[in-house]
Amino acid sequence: MAKGVKPRVKVPKSAAAGDVITIKTLISHKMESGVRKDGDGNIIPRSIINRFVADFNGQNIIDVTLEPAISTNPYFQFEAMVPEAGEFKFTWYDDDGSVYETSKKIKIA
Amino acid sequence: MEFTRRNILALGSGAFAAASFAGMPAFASKTDDAIAAFTGGASVTEGGIDLTAPEIAENGNTVPVSVSAPGAVSIMLLATGNPTPAVATFNFGPMAGTRSGATRIRLAKTQDVVAVAKMADGSFRTAGATVKVTIGGCGG
Repeated sequence: MAKGVKPRVKVPKSAAAGDVITIKTLISHKMESGVRKDGDGNIIPRSIINRFVADFNGQNIIDVTLEPAISTNPYFQFEAMVPEAGEFKFTWYDDDGSVYETSKKIKIA
Repeated sequence: MEFTRRNILALGSGAFAAASFAGMPAFASKTDDAIAAFTGGASVTEGGIDLTAPEIAENGNTVPVSVSAPGAVSIMLLATGNPTPAVATFNFGPMAGTRSGATRIRLAKTQDVVAVAKMADGSFRTAGATVKVTIGGCGG
């Protein structure tokens, strides 16, 4: 498991029913691309997050496939519909099999 | 044969020219292959999709890119000049508010960034933007 992986998500605390809100996510991860070389000229093996999924109450918002060309600490911004109060769930899948999860609740104002 | 300074220079520039000529078509076809794999060989039309990328990126390690295509089912991002052109594919689910997304990408050198969107009716749209990169972002 990659070290120091910490997901961070910014979701408004409340929204009006039917609103479209902006969600920002960032996860600290070195995203080793697999083309870099170390001091001895050996290729450093690839180690990235290859998939990111965001769901709201079990329904999918966005499902992103990541390639090595995504920067260190992958950042995503996207928009979601909020028809009712509920919970956002965010999941990141690492090359090494680790799964990082976080969730955020939202209220209807 | 004695290696004079002139000989070595001539050899070096020849090798460099050969390498750059060999490199260009390979990258272009890799991008085309990636697009063909995404579209299944369907024709791709320009427009109907917005790709926002900076004209000049000082640091190729993190280039902010955003893409938006109303009515899209999924959007693929490609960097034509990277060792591997694929960057990311956004697939939108039923709860997506808008068909848009933003992220940060690595660019190895000055190149075109291309977005291809699959629309709900099965057609494909594309848009491109040229980004000038001062410091490359792929290491190696």
